[in-house]
Amino acid sequence: MTAAPSAPAPVAGASISLSGVTLTFRGARTTRVLDGIDLDARPREVIALIGPNGCGKSTLLRVLAGLIPADAGTVAIDGHPVSGPDPRVGLVFQEPRLLAWRSAEDNVRFPMELAGWSRQRQAERTADLLGLVGLREYARSRPGMLSGGTRQRVSIARALALEPTLLLLDEPFSALDALTRERFNVELLRLWDRTGTTIVLVTHSIPEAVFTADRVIVLSPRPARVVADIAVGLPRPRRLSDLDSAFVSSLAAEVRAHLVDTTDDAIAMEEARTAIPAGLTPRDRPGSYAETDPGTPAWFDPFAPEDGE
Amino acid sequence: MTLIAPGGGPVLASAAASRPRARPRGHRRRLASALWPIAASLVVFVLAWQAVVFVSGFPPYILPGPLSVAERFVRAWLDGTMWPHVAATLVEILLGFALGASIALAAGIVLARSPLAERLLSPYLVAAQATPVLALAPLIALWFGTGLAPKLIITTLIVFFPVAVATMVGIRSVDPRLLEMARSFRATGWQTVTRVEVPAAAPVILGAMRVGGTLAVIGAIVGEWAGADQGLGVLINIARGSLFDIPLMFAALLQLAIIGVVLYLVMLLIERRIVGER
Repeated sequence: MTAAPSAPAPVAGASISLSGVTLTFRGARTTRVLDGIDLDARPREVIALIGPNGCGKSTLLRVLAGLIPADAGTVAIDGHPVSGPDPRVGLVFQEPRLLAWRSAEDNVRFPMELAGWSRQRQAERTADLLGLVGLREYARSRPGMLSGGTRQRVSIARALALEPTLLLLDEPFSALDALTRERFNVELLRLWDRTGTTIVLVTHSIPEAVFTADRVIVLSPRPARVVADIAVGLPRPRRLSDLDSAFVSSLAAEVRAHLVDTTDDAIAMEEARTAIPAGLTPRDRPGSYAETDPGTPAWFDPFAPEDGE
Repeated sequence: MTLIAPGGGPVLASAAASRPRARPRGHRRRLASALWPIAASLVVFVLAWQAVVFVSGFPPYILPGPLSVAERFVRAWLDGTMWPHVAATLVEILLGFALGASIALAAGIVLARSPLAERLLSPYLVAAQATPVLALAPLIALWFGTGLAPKLIITTLIVFFPVAVATMVGIRSVDPRLLEMARSFRATGWQTVTRVEVPAAAPVILGAMRVGGTLAVIGAIVGEWAGADQGLGVLINIARGSLFDIPLMFAALLQLAIIGVVLYLVMLLIERRIVGER
């Protein structure tokens, strides 16, 4: 992937502050979805939200984006409360959600049109963004002619259109195959590096969470509560080979241990427990992290590149 | 009739639905291969017509042969009989269609977005549709005279229903995830309509407009029959009545059929132009 010569200037990442956020869906059956969520993020921090299926991760993301109002509690970005869809937020959905009748570049342009930008500003920003996600040559292609991964790139460029300071991603890579997904994780970090946004990433994948995030937040099954807040001390820039390090494995095991406690599936629980490396107790943070050199492979990989991915 | 095959008809389906920008030569060859069956079926139709005339021995004032109709058609154009009537009918069809389709589009959008509007208005819409336009035409002619207005009203009425219903259904079935996406970028209601809902529903709406185009021809003729002094409907009446020129009547019918087919093809081309590349 080539770097854009005229990449957009980085923005200052937003800080997030959620306190006591509670939400109940009222319908035929009343279900409490979010139960007193407290969550803070510093500017430029990358937060991964992980939790069992249907626990309310995506709902929490929509509350943060201002698409769903919370029943109780406060949601603030940079200290200003969120009320309704927020211009400071860029949202990437699980599906690309592109407009099929528009070319890639016109899809990226869409938010700028809505915001009433001048044609020239739209064209410049669109060109910058397409360069940023490496899609210059696909600018005129319709989504129907692009691969799933390429469509999601367009969707990410669109989310960045209005220079958001907070980028929210709702399981954005879950439809991609494992290898492509790893590449996109690296891409996301590169984008993060260049744009300077704060990121909240909802994911199902423990490696994805550990690889990308500064902090992994584990949520409980419905109604969602914060079960664990795990700091990932992995230095940046990160490489895919970091995923093979003993350090990352032990972090992943810790996240898994918390997730295990949240599932009521006995078999899955048993399997997960036996998968935890010996000497690691769930919920107990091993004190040996600092002694493990990040980047030390957990096993010998003769094909691992010496540098980068 | 081969033109109304599902999915747009073979006339342009094989030629235009392929690559957005096919090479001209391949494009022409494909067009030719799409056109020859139509030409062949026309030849068969004309031969069969001639055969019926030949075998049955009907007199020309009941069923004139294709040759005499073609001759009368050409003569009507050359001596200036045809043009004023064609012009009058074309104006009625095009204006009536434009009026009906625009009102229907607006109404469909309102109906799709407001369940209250749908509940209030749909009984009247259905009732208006259930009453045959043919039965309404004399009343409309009584109120609005014999000018352009009654024809436009009748054509608008007949075009309105299919387009309005298709617009409503099309907009209602737009993927809600796209709407959420637009909302996340703070799209206003109007922006959502013009940039997401109507484009997303365009295939359905344009399909209904294609049908509406052929209905507009019916509307114009019905309007003319209820009272007019020019138009192809009038020409048909004159040819059958005072002139008793049956080949001229057939020539007028042929002209109407040509207008209908051309209108349908133009709508199809517009449709392909707009939605063909998805």
